[in-house]
Amino acid sequence: MAHAAHGDEFEVLKFQYEDMDQQNDSYIVGMWCFLVTEIMFFGMLFLTYSFYRMNYQNDWFKAHEQLDWKLGGINTANLLFSSFLMATAVRQAQLKDRMGVLLRLGGVLVCAFVFLGIKYIEYSGKYEHHLFPGPGFAPEVSHFHGANLNHVQLFFGLYFAMTGLHGVHVLVGILVIGALAMMWVKGKKIVTEDYIPTELVGLYWHFVDIVWIFLYPLFYLMPNPSGPNSGGSH
Amino acid sequence: MEHFHTNPELNYLTNGHSLRSWLLTEDHKRIAMLYLMSVTFFFFIGGLAAAGVRYELMSPAGNMMESETYNKLFTAHGTVMVFLFLLVAIPAVLGNFLLPLMIGARDLAFPRLNLLSWYLYMAAGTCITLAMLGGGADTGWTFYTPYSSMYSNSNVSLTLLGVFLGGFSSITTGMNFVVTTHKMRAPGMTWFRLPLFVWGHYATGVIMLLGTPVVAITLLCVIFERTFQLPIYSPELGGDPVLFQHMFWFYSHPAVYIMILPAFGVISEIMTAFSRKRVFGYHMIAFSSLAIAFLGFLVWGHHMFVSSQSMYQSVIFSLITFLLAVPSAIKVWNWTATMYKGNVVLSGPMIYGIGFQGLFLVGGLTGPFLASYGNDVHLSATYFVVAHFHYVMVGGSIMGFLAGLHFWWPKMTGRLYNDTIAKWNAMLVFVGFNLTFFPQFIVGWMGMPRRYHYYYFAPEFTPYHILSTMGSSILGIGFAVPAFYLIHSLFKGEKAGDNPWNAHGLEWNTSSPPPTENFRYKVIVTDDVYDYDPVAEHENDMLAAGGKA
Ligand code: HEM
Ligand SMILES: [Cu+2]
Repeated sequence: MAHAAHGDEFEVLKFQYEDMDQQNDSYIVGMWCFLVTEIMFFGMLFLTYSFYRMNYQNDWFKAHEQLDWKLGGINTANLLFSSFLMATAVRQAQLKDRMGVLLRLGGVLVCAFVFLGIKYIEYSGKYEHHLFPGPGFAPEVSHFHGANLNHVQLFFGLYFAMTGLHGVHVLVGILVIGALAMMWVKGKKIVTEDYIPTELVGLYWHFVDIVWIFLYPLFYLMPNPSGPNSGGSH
Repeated sequence: MEHFHTNPELNYLTNGHSLRSWLLTEDHKRIAMLYLMSVTFFFFIGGLAAAGVRYELMSPAGNMMESETYNKLFTAHGTVMVFLFLLVAIPAVLGNFLLPLMIGARDLAFPRLNLLSWYLYMAAGTCITLAMLGGGADTGWTFYTPYSSMYSNSNVSLTLLGVFLGGFSSITTGMNFVVTTHKMRAPGMTWFRLPLFVWGHYATGVIMLLGTPVVAITLLCVIFERTFQLPIYSPELGGDPVLFQHMFWFYSHPAVYIMILPAFGVISEIMTAFSRKRVFGYHMIAFSSLAIAFLGFLVWGHHMFVSSQSMYQSVIFSLITFLLAVPSAIKVWNWTATMYKGNVVLSGPMIYGIGFQGLFLVGGLTGPFLASYGNDVHLSATYFVVAHFHYVMVGGSIMGFLAGLHFWWPKMTGRLYNDTIAKWNAMLVFVGFNLTFFPQFIVGWMGMPRRYHYYYFAPEFTPYHILSTMGSSILGIGFAVPAFYLIHSLFKGEKAGDNPWNAHGLEWNTSSPPPTENFRYKVIVTDDVYDYDPVAEHENDMLAAGGKA
């Protein structure tokens, strides 16, 4: 691209870069660096999870039965669909199809709100049943078939920490996608002439999706450690 | 550079004088200067706390202050020094300033992020200072759970919030370094023409990206546990506090390399410049930085030999720790070989640099003492460990910082300082340092535990502690003096010229101080890094006779 197309690039090319290629390459490498830090961020929590899960398989299995795998499943499908929409939005951005991009970004936003809505229903349910860890933690013992309630509390501690952190990422995603959509609405050259900003936001959204892909089975679908027929459940 | 119309007389310091033009600057050189001022301020705070600790230890009775006050003092000292000085000083001041200059870039890849990182740092500093003013924290800089998460009645959460924010500042700096090194090099600046300073900062950036998020979330979990009783490590509920230690050291061991790798970069530059000789084993020094960054992540367990970790784990951690000594040793050997038969110029920066080598050698060599599993059971949590990490961190990072600051001061400010005073002061620091910390090896070996504020049960420790406190006063003077002659140079110093040391490297090709866009021409690199011609003897004499320069 170099300096030939100066007129257009002028307003979007930052002064520290030679040309648009260098600028875009830097953004992409920067985004991957950021995602690496995110992986390490969540990675620590996943490690903590696996450690306790290894120690308290039975208790945690019983705790997890309080989570609604159907609601979680709907949310999984919902996020996967939004990720698909996001991927096609990037494609439309490459084709410079403004309406196409906006429609898809709108779809992603709707999915994101649905996700948070369902999470709200889940969280408030847990709260009402006194399953939120801390001083108010007072679950009905009968629900846990004799599991050690301390370990149950530990389970919910991590459940809220991990899904909460993920939820914060969804919230940030809504802000970022909203800002991106606004730029498309206003027809800012920085997004309409160059698909890279849309792609970067897309990468972030796929990351948020992938984290959930791990959270869902770990919390909602944990297999019975003593096998399906050994009377672990009900 | 068509879209730049700065006056050729203007440089980054004179281009705008308002407070606003500084506080909203996106120029990496100005941000480096902001960091220099803030880092110096926090170093002073940390130093005051250290003085308190040392004076308490002058007598075995420990009656100058309460245990609680003492605990808060050493926590303040450790927290401020580690999180607000050592992790930040060289990368954020010298790295920010020099990395773009050295690779021929106009700025770092993300200037706004760079500014944000300074604000995050200031927010971190504010939280930690407020926590101190509000009564302080008493957990030690390692914040071990469950004490930090459940029992301590001090300002732990606010302190942790500060450290957490500081972590984000570190992450953004690391991101900038990594992306800039990958994408912003001038044409002809190949990977193996990169100055070793850049290699050191690149490796540091990688550690910042991989390690910092882990400690950030770990500490966040402690905050959650403290404030919302959200259980993560709580042993009462079956949680495992040792898990915290794993997470903490998974970052904090590599973090010691965040503190030292940039210093390695500084020393490499200084050794080659003042030996007037191509650095010995360029590739080995570069690759050993990467090896350190990689291996550094595999050895955290050597801090936990006396925790509940299994013997087999300990043996393996011990083994890998020994491996890690190899790349550090490679560097020290190579600097020595660089000086060998070079035309060594004993300027101020060089004396600081040689001092670095002496101190780092002692610190590094005592590492394997501690890495020996059985041996560490005896030495763990004694003053031997305290001496070890001060030799590597103060002797390494702070000496490296001073060396680099003196080396590039003329470039940063355009002024020369009095090199004779600098030389004498470097030697003063070296003496003060050894007087402070060498006795600590001895008392540590004799069994003086770390973090005690009395030792009436063992009065034979007294002379060592007195020596150490005396040394620390000398050291304090040694740290204060540069502030005077460096600031003096700003007003009265001679003009430096572009390249007062006659050194190689792109940064010496631009004016001092550099213009906002770093270079007034398009940079294309054609020669190899450190392409020093063997200097004729008389040229060297002239340089030495020039004395001041
Ligand atoms: C390269 C620069 C180095 C730095 C900046 C450094 C820094 C530190 C610090 C800060 C601590 C104490 C942490 C604490 O408990 O507060 C420490 C402890 C330790 N260091 Fe180093 N170190 C370095 C090199 C080495 C090397 C080369 C080795 C071994 C080959 C080593 C082995 C150890 C061990 C085993 C401990 C744990 C001692 C204990 O707590 O019992 N270190 N180091
Ligand atoms: Cu270590």
